[in-house]
Amino acid sequence: MEADPRPFPPGEYPVIVIGSGPGGLQTSYGLHKYGVPHAVLSADEGAGGMFRKWPFFQRLLSWTKPYAPAERTARAYQRYDWNSLIADEPELRSLQAEFMDGTTYYPSRPEMQANLEAFAERAGIAVRYSTRWEKTRKEEGPDGTTFVLETTSGEYRCRILVLAVGVAEPWSPSPPGIEHARHYADTQDASYYAGKRLFIIGKQNSGFELASGLAAWASSVTVCSPSQAKTALETKSLVGVRARYVQPFEDAYLGLGVRILAASITEIEHVGAAYRVHVRRTDNGEALSVDADEVIAATGFTCPLQDLPDLGVAVFGQAKLPAVTQMWESASVPGIYFAGTISQASPGLRRNGIPAYSGAVQGHRYNSLILARHIAQVHFGVPENRPEVAPADLVGYLLSEATNAPELWHQKGYLARVVTVTAEDGLRDEGIVPLVHILDTHDEDMVAMTVEADGQGSIYPMVFIRREGRLEEHKLAAQPLLDFATDEHASALRAALGSLLPGVSAE
Amino acid sequence: MATREELADILAGFALFGDLQTPQLLGVAGIFEETIFPEGERILRQGLSGSGFYVILEGSADVRIDGVSRSTLHRGDFFGEVSILLGEAPTADIIAVTALRCLMAPATAVQPFLLAYPQVMFRMLQAQARRLRNANRWRS
Repeated sequence: MEADPRPFPPGEYPVIVIGSGPGGLQTSYGLHKYGVPHAVLSADEGAGGMFRKWPFFQRLLSWTKPYAPAERTARAYQRYDWNSLIADEPELRSLQAEFMDGTTYYPSRPEMQANLEAFAERAGIAVRYSTRWEKTRKEEGPDGTTFVLETTSGEYRCRILVLAVGVAEPWSPSPPGIEHARHYADTQDASYYAGKRLFIIGKQNSGFELASGLAAWASSVTVCSPSQAKTALETKSLVGVRARYVQPFEDAYLGLGVRILAASITEIEHVGAAYRVHVRRTDNGEALSVDADEVIAATGFTCPLQDLPDLGVAVFGQAKLPAVTQMWESASVPGIYFAGTISQASPGLRRNGIPAYSGAVQGHRYNSLILARHIAQVHFGVPENRPEVAPADLVGYLLSEATNAPELWHQKGYLARVVTVTAEDGLRDEGIVPLVHILDTHDEDMVAMTVEADGQGSIYPMVFIRREGRLEEHKLAAQPLLDFATDEHASALRAALGSLLPGVSAE
Repeated sequence: MATREELADILAGFALFGDLQTPQLLGVAGIFEETIFPEGERILRQGLSGSGFYVILEGSADVRIDGVSRSTLHRGDFFGEVSILLGEAPTADIIAVTALRCLMAPATAVQPFLLAYPQVMFRMLQAQARRLRNANRWRS
């Protein structure tokens, strides 16, 4: 019998990462970077995670600009590339554009998959594929908890478990007759819907992706859920249905083939060869019924956490996201961390109604690197790297970050560039950190620079300062060209810093 | 881990939403987002603007001003509306004293929400009037 050529045979590893989508790959890259030994397991046959299969219409809604104001290997380029993973090595940076055919700046699903596979291969990220995690238990020993994972490859043991398994388990609501509806995940080939009356449950992006994509085939489309649909154009953020899928709204406003209902579904009834969907209007409770040939539940996905809730991992919401700390550690079972799309379980301050953008690659790729650094420092004693900042450079440095830092632009109001100020160490760059983490778990004087959007279309630097234990917020001016490295911003920031910068004149 | 139907059932039991029928409650459940805070975590921070409106589903939270505990909030209680209505930063920290499960609506959604559901606005007004009366009694 030949030996199994796959890496990471069953056994004990200090850290185990589960998942080989963008979250698993980026976390593994980060753990390597900080020298943390770990194994990566994945149920899939290759890298890519959900992008091996979805989105249904095979085209992403996040873009990558092949040509941008910054060089492709520069950090600033990441602002124009939502889909590549992040690396220190120039040859591993911004890989997505290399795989795009130029027809649109939204990569196709296979192009995204190629980008992720190339990253895994070129960065040498070892993954044990075709290894499905099935069961979990905890063993308490004299020096702490060990997690024991039963998988299709055998038994694994670890002290630190990182789950990057996505939020990809189909979820459907439960009105009578819901079994007549297919889930988004089981949508048929578009031609199957030719000439049919289509009823779509759900007003998230997945519902409107189908409504736009199937409009060319279906004879009529009804999109229904109890709440009013919101578009990203209305919220002026990534909250709501993205611009790529707003065509059905225009069709509905014109009364042409698409209906968008705010109503709750009371029953789906089989009538002859078709269905009758009974609904109640949200605004006045009036009953309506809609005849349809096909019903699709685009009602979202839940987090496939298997038996972890039985181990005490608290979950919440329809997506069954885990309750986590600001560093994405289970709030109820320490030692279990979450990466990738699941990191949206920590929404941050949600200032102006805008949560962290951790549900998508452009946001959670940074979370993974922060998580890897955190695990390295807290569990493996890797020393913190806190470069000194000269007081005379602080204002310019923070404003340059506000203008260019991709972490601050992709994770507005959530990730911050933090500089602490202490008598013993002077000014120290603490790196990019979740804002809430630095606000709540530290007490030294500090300044945190973020980029914030107000949900009204304005983007500006927001500075948080802790001085002798008290928090202050200072909003700097918005600027039409999004350049915050101006003299006006410098004077405002200097004034805000005030006593934090002894010896630097306020001019 | 509530579905929208379960959330609507829970809301039906709270005084604030007591006048709404099921389809409306389902609509309300869609405006709010369920969120959970580990014990000890801050939900509102004194002096930091831009927060949301919260309704407690499970657990309790401490109201602290300058670090001093002033009162405790429980299931069915709500907070964050004063700072949103006045457009000012909260004057207290709200801290989870147990794991705290809440419904959250962003500040920007609160005005349209109250205008769409005047019965809720009336109930909120009643609650505010009660708080004011109690504060006045306490002073006199």
